[in-house]
Amino acid sequence: MKRYSAFAVAREAFRQHTGWTRAWGRAEPKARYDVIVVGAGGHGLATAYYLGKNFGITNVAVIEKGWLGGGNTGRNTTIIRSNYLQDPSAAIYEKSRSLYETMSQDLNYNVMFSPRGVMMLAQTQHEIRGYQRTAHANSLQGVTTEFITPERVKELCPIMNIDGPRYPVLGALWQARGGTARHDAVAWGYARACSDMGMDIIQQCEVTGVQTSDGRVTGVTTTRGDIQCDKLAMVVAGHASVLAQKAGFQLPIESVALQALVSEPIKPCMDVVVMANTVHGYLSQSDKGEMVIGGGTDGYNNYTQRGSFHHIEETVRALVETFPIVGRLKMLRQWGGIVDVTGDRSPILSKTPVDGIFVNCGWGTGGFKAIPGSGWAMAELVAKGHSPLTEEFSMFRFRQGKFIDESVAAGVAH
Amino acid sequence: MLILHCPYCGRDVDETDLHPGGEAHLKRVGPDADAEAFEQYLFMRENPKGVHFERWRHAYGCGKWFLAARNTATLQVYGTYSAQTTEPPHDIMNAIKEAQA
Repeated sequence: MKRYSAFAVAREAFRQHTGWTRAWGRAEPKARYDVIVVGAGGHGLATAYYLGKNFGITNVAVIEKGWLGGGNTGRNTTIIRSNYLQDPSAAIYEKSRSLYETMSQDLNYNVMFSPRGVMMLAQTQHEIRGYQRTAHANSLQGVTTEFITPERVKELCPIMNIDGPRYPVLGALWQARGGTARHDAVAWGYARACSDMGMDIIQQCEVTGVQTSDGRVTGVTTTRGDIQCDKLAMVVAGHASVLAQKAGFQLPIESVALQALVSEPIKPCMDVVVMANTVHGYLSQSDKGEMVIGGGTDGYNNYTQRGSFHHIEETVRALVETFPIVGRLKMLRQWGGIVDVTGDRSPILSKTPVDGIFVNCGWGTGGFKAIPGSGWAMAELVAKGHSPLTEEFSMFRFRQGKFIDESVAAGVAH
Repeated sequence: MLILHCPYCGRDVDETDLHPGGEAHLKRVGPDADAEAFEQYLFMRENPKGVHFERWRHAYGCGKWFLAARNTATLQVYGTYSAQTTEPPHDIMNAIKEAQA
């Protein structure tokens, strides 16, 4: 791998950019790997990367039925924050946020992490109490957040209408080191680093079956032949239930569509990320100038990457009230992704009923922010069989009633 | 927009008048059931990529719960039927077979 640097750009400028090499190699599946990771999205690639970097396991294949980063990694609204209420969540999301801080240097790939600050608006008395409680919890967890006044909100985001009429802004939970990153670059950066360590990234290769023997995984059947493995990591988000079924177990997951949309590009008018959970809309401005808008999920199971139009309408209606400026904008694109939602709205990073199979899923509507932390923890779980960060996120916690109840904490899916 | 036929009102109803209620035909477990049975009843879901039997409530209409057979991979609706059933009726199963033939 050739390192990217200012010197490399200058060197290539003198020879018509003929010296750049492929960022990651094209790979044919080998007969056997130590670890197969299913799913070449952010979480899958990060898992592979930290398996190599932290544990020296590089005989790894990342297999993907579509193309690299073409699922939810390329479909989210790129928000990064770690202001969660429960301790296990704060631990893994804060680990993740802190890894984002140094990711560009670590991967030698510019992921354009922009810690511009994330605010979650309190627009009801209930939310004020909830977010003040979260701010207190965060200070005990070592996560830097604060509850700020409406005046400070207006100062940080002047385009906002804080006076209502329906839901005036009463305060906000502010995380100054939250922000956004370039979502595709996160997948590409990890893929390049994995490929450099000698791992195989095999695209357009769908897993059609999981082979087991005496309750232990031995390999997978794919559209490009059988591949043997010692360990299998399933990191496929929306299709987690489908893949688990092939391995013979069931997950407490439901797959639903979540939509997002972007406006035409406009001049810079907003340099923070705003989440308004009562009216259910998220807003930030991309580096291209587009206003990036996210909303709520559909309530019914769906695998089509299309959602119901009325959710778009509800989201935009909510935002127009809080951001009157948005009312004059034309929307450019709208799309959907299939998110995997658990009963307590917290993820699953866990061993499974089959020996050697590990599952990482259930990130629901907020997986992008967790990519590096999730990969870090998942790699440790796969390599060592346990990890302090994943301990509470077992798929068996529902049987024990040990929920990590973020749905109540956030008031919405997140 | 998803449009479902309410078997009680006899009307085709827009999704915005309905409230989704998740997987249908779940068997409620008794108070003496073990943790695994409760987990199965409360949290484990089929979540199929394909035919899904599910509950809907005509929230802004007659207010009644009914059931629907819908395909989660194509969004095709095979039909709706009364909630007073323990399994999908024959005409719904036939409609699914016909559509998949």
